[in-house]
Amino acid sequence: MKIPIKYSLRNFKKRKLTTGITVVGIALVVFVFAAVLMMAYGIQKTLISTGADDNVIVLRKAAQNEISSVVTGDQQNIISVLPYIAKTADGKPIISNEPVVVINLPKKSGGMSNITARGVSDQVKKLRPNVKLVDGRMFNFGSKELIVGRSIHERFDGADIGEEIRFAGDEWTVVGIFEAGGSGFESEIWGDALQLLSTFNRGSTVSAVTLKLDNPENFEKFKSTFLTDRRLQQLEVKIEKLHFEEQSEMMATFIRILGIFVTIIFSLGATIGAMITMYAAVANRTVEIGTLRALGFRRTSVLVTFLSESLLISIIGAVIGLLLASSLQFFSISTLNFASFSELEFKFALSPEIIISSFIFATVMGLLGGFLPSVRAARLKIVDALRSS
Amino acid sequence: MASIISIQNLSKSYQRDSFEIPVLNNLSLEIEEGEFLALMGPSGSGKTTLLNLIAGIDKPSSGKLTVAGTDIAKLNESALAKWRSNNVGFIFQFYNLIPVLTAFENVELPLLLTNLSKAERKKRVELVLSVVGLTDRMYHYPKQLSGGQEQRVAIARAIVTDPTILVADEPTGDLDKNSANEVLTLLDRLNKEFKKTIVMVTHDPASAAKASVKRHLDKGDLV
Ligand SMILES: Nc1ncnc2c1ncn2[C@@H]1O[C@H](COP(=O)(O)OP(=O)(O)OP(=O)(O)O)[C@@H](O)[C@H]1O
Ligand SMILES: [Mg+2]
Repeated sequence: MKIPIKYSLRNFKKRKLTTGITVVGIALVVFVFAAVLMMAYGIQKTLISTGADDNVIVLRKAAQNEISSVVTGDQQNIISVLPYIAKTADGKPIISNEPVVVINLPKKSGGMSNITARGVSDQVKKLRPNVKLVDGRMFNFGSKELIVGRSIHERFDGADIGEEIRFAGDEWTVVGIFEAGGSGFESEIWGDALQLLSTFNRGSTVSAVTLKLDNPENFEKFKSTFLTDRRLQQLEVKIEKLHFEEQSEMMATFIRILGIFVTIIFSLGATIGAMITMYAAVANRTVEIGTLRALGFRRTSVLVTFLSESLLISIIGAVIGLLLASSLQFFSISTLNFASFSELEFKFALSPEIIISSFIFATVMGLLGGFLPSVRAARLKIVDALRSS
Repeated sequence: MASIISIQNLSKSYQRDSFEIPVLNNLSLEIEEGEFLALMGPSGSGKTTLLNLIAGIDKPSSGKLTVAGTDIAKLNESALAKWRSNNVGFIFQFYNLIPVLTAFENVELPLLLTNLSKAERKKRVELVLSVVGLTDRMYHYPKQLSGGQEQRVAIARAIVTDPTILVADEPTGDLDKNSANEVLTLLDRLNKEFKKTIVMVTHDPASAAKASVKRHLDKGDLV
């Protein structure tokens, strides 16, 4: 039978300060660790929710993003008559031919930042039903009017209804504010595709074509046309959701790697803290260890007791760190998305994987920090331990 | 009466750096069942070392050491741990109670190594605490007790498993006269009433007077 756990717990109480400081150290590291993962996951979640499962995006092959992609007017015409595209009640294909550009706007917090301006076609509401006006009205096709995403409205100057936004030499009037279910579109401004093309002198060449399939199961058939039709062979077809998922990958991976690198350095500090605490605990209780061993408790019992104390400290730290980190979910922040070179607003998002990783991370710190002191405790010779009084 | 502890040609030396420090030299001693032995001798003569060997928390360098029929020098570490928990009750000079455990929990500790149920453990602990006269202090922590009371809790812990032998290393060394007398009276009662074999190390002739047999150790030899 083992040394009772209350023995460990009461020793915590007795050494509140050192135990507490160690717990706080581990909690802070777990907080940073979880926050970074939540940031990466938040970006992914935002971008993934931007795309729809039954939408298809057509881009130029090897284009890293919409900005660097071109789809010519001829190609748009061919695509518009392809089979398997969903149609409106009056028979029009649900397609949006979209020029996407990056423009520069002043931030409310000072300085300038890039944002994505997207030209859309008149079927866009059917294509992206999660986009909803929360104030003002939809822009009129044929005029230089804009609707702005909620995040842009909140963070940028001149993005209020009735105000003018100036880019490429033209004045555009903001007429509405929209939400898009927390997706990346909320960090964009939208106007009439044709107006945007003429402002930027792009003729009829757009960045991407997004369309709705009549049935998501027809994706492979739809895609095969692009392999066979010579005029479309320079283009690439993807499920929209997948496209945005890929867009999030680079940014999320970058944040993860940087964050994990930083937290591993922090964790060395916390691990050494735990080790010092546990060495002190062993030194303080050497006579107790000798006594327990004399009474017949085994070396392994002693080892397990001290290792569990270290583990317990790290697990309590993990719980506190995660509680702190989970409160970040109520905050949204905005950052430059490397994939699109423009601002993206997102929320920190917690996932079961992040919770599990945080606990594993804390457990590793606890085990590493507790290992050597516990081994020392277990290896003490009974007579030496008893003589140390 | 039969010997319960039989020591033949026992030697013990400690290794310090490259030096070999002899502590006990070829020592032989028979202790009979029910004996109350007082081991006396000057500081550094090897009393604690001998007691530790008898109690099975240290290993002899050579010689034979049999306790209640078991050649304990031959037991491996985990067998020895089990043997101790069944056969030896420890009483230390500084009581060595676990500070974060109550009197009850301290006394219960050795029983956690047995198969006794919680209810049986409770019965035993209450019984031995009543033997040492501390029923009313059951839920006190060591620091809430006087030295004499702490030592009586320690004695309760030593007898709760009903061990074959009790070993006590200067059990009154840290106590005032009255408390020391209480503890000695208790040991005497355990010896006479409960027929416990006791090996006690002491400096104090008054303490030794309670014992049935006195032996003197000097520089590792029995004299
Ligand atoms: N673990 C050890 N390592 C090295 N030397 C030891 C060890 N234990 C005891 N000794 C030495 O053995 C000798 C006898 O020690 P021991 O503790 O048995 O004496 P003692 O008779 O109990 O003395 P005291 O009356 O002071 O308690 C001493 O010289 C001591 O320094
Ligand atoms: Mg001694």
